[in-house]
Amino acid sequence: MKEMSRLLITLTLIAACAGLLLSLVESATREPIKEQRRLQMLKALSAVLPEFDNSPDTDIVTLQKGVDKKGAPVEVVFYRARKADQLVGTAFKVIAPDGYTGNIEIMVGVDPEQQVNAIEILAHAETPGLGSKIEERWFKDLFKGKNLDNVDWRVKKDGGEFEQITGATISPRAIVGAVKKGLEFYRDNKAKILAEGGQQ
Amino acid sequence: MSLVKIFSKGIWKENAVFKLLLGMCPLLAVTTSAENGLGMGLASTFVLVCSNTVVAILRKLIPPKVRIPAFIIIIATFVTVVQLCMEAWIYGLYQALGIFIPLIVVNCLILGRAEAFASKRPVLDSAVDGLGMGLGFTLALFILGSVREIFGAGELLGFSLFGAAYQPVLLMILPPGAFISLGLLLAIMNRFEAAKS
Repeated sequence: MKEMSRLLITLTLIAACAGLLLSLVESATREPIKEQRRLQMLKALSAVLPEFDNSPDTDIVTLQKGVDKKGAPVEVVFYRARKADQLVGTAFKVIAPDGYTGNIEIMVGVDPEQQVNAIEILAHAETPGLGSKIEERWFKDLFKGKNLDNVDWRVKKDGGEFEQITGATISPRAIVGAVKKGLEFYRDNKAKILAEGGQQ
Repeated sequence: MSLVKIFSKGIWKENAVFKLLLGMCPLLAVTTSAENGLGMGLASTFVLVCSNTVVAILRKLIPPKVRIPAFIIIIATFVTVVQLCMEAWIYGLYQALGIFIPLIVVNCLILGRAEAFASKRPVLDSAVDGLGMGLGFTLALFILGSVREIFGAGELLGFSLFGAAYQPVLLMILPPGAFISLGLLLAIMNRFEAAKS
């Protein structure tokens, strides 16, 4: 019994000290971590949007896209960029669930005429050297100036107009599909995306 | 054993990777580039020095029956500290290493040193042992990462080595490349050792 209590007390003390240390470190790193994530987000937004002078990461509209398998709502956030109070572009994140290895997260920026301004790959786990070429400039530039009507949204192998990557058709196909779906959602909800919340 | 000896055995004579073959999971997974290897190695070194020191301080207080859970709590605490700090101040590396930072907890090298060395030795010896072992591990990760990056991407630490005409050997960046280069490195080292004796 005496031994048992000693075991208990020692482990409890060690765990309590660990908890104390961790709470100190957590409070010291909370702000920098938040800032890092914000910078990361702003970097992605600047990459896909035309020049802006507001902060699109706070000028947002959130719409529900549907529900996932468990019934939880799936939301899309639209980041609105303005220059001199004029809307110059909108950015939103799309997820391609059918990449070669897992999801591909893509940030898409569109101008007010619903043309793609640029896309940026945020996260992926495609094969290095093959599927990972989706990160290369020339591939991302394929989407520039495209809208739902001026191009066939399929890769060339499927009869469309998007150049695929040699040795990796699946990743580009997934991205083209996801960006197209994103644009369709944007078109169908344009009024809400641009109106709600109004000017900042 | 002198402190210098304790330190140097971790670098070479008892090198965690080349001699003891410990910590293979992070070794094989993150060494796709020299930078990733270096970052992972230094993060592990920090955890190893801290956990060794604390385990040595508490070695007389921790009852043998609960020593493993006690060590794991100590190690996990420092791993979380490293993870939070990396996310706050070296975000790029944090993203590159991803899931392998929290997995430092289960690196058997760290628990192994706590059990085999720090729980029996004075504080200073244990800290030096942790530093030596950690730097030995870092060295191994850096070498393996360099080899794979040089052949697999034609670069070292992000600098292009062979010009644009070089066709990278993709296999080296992919998982099989980790096994192949580690095997070859071990073979070369054993050859040297055999020649010496």
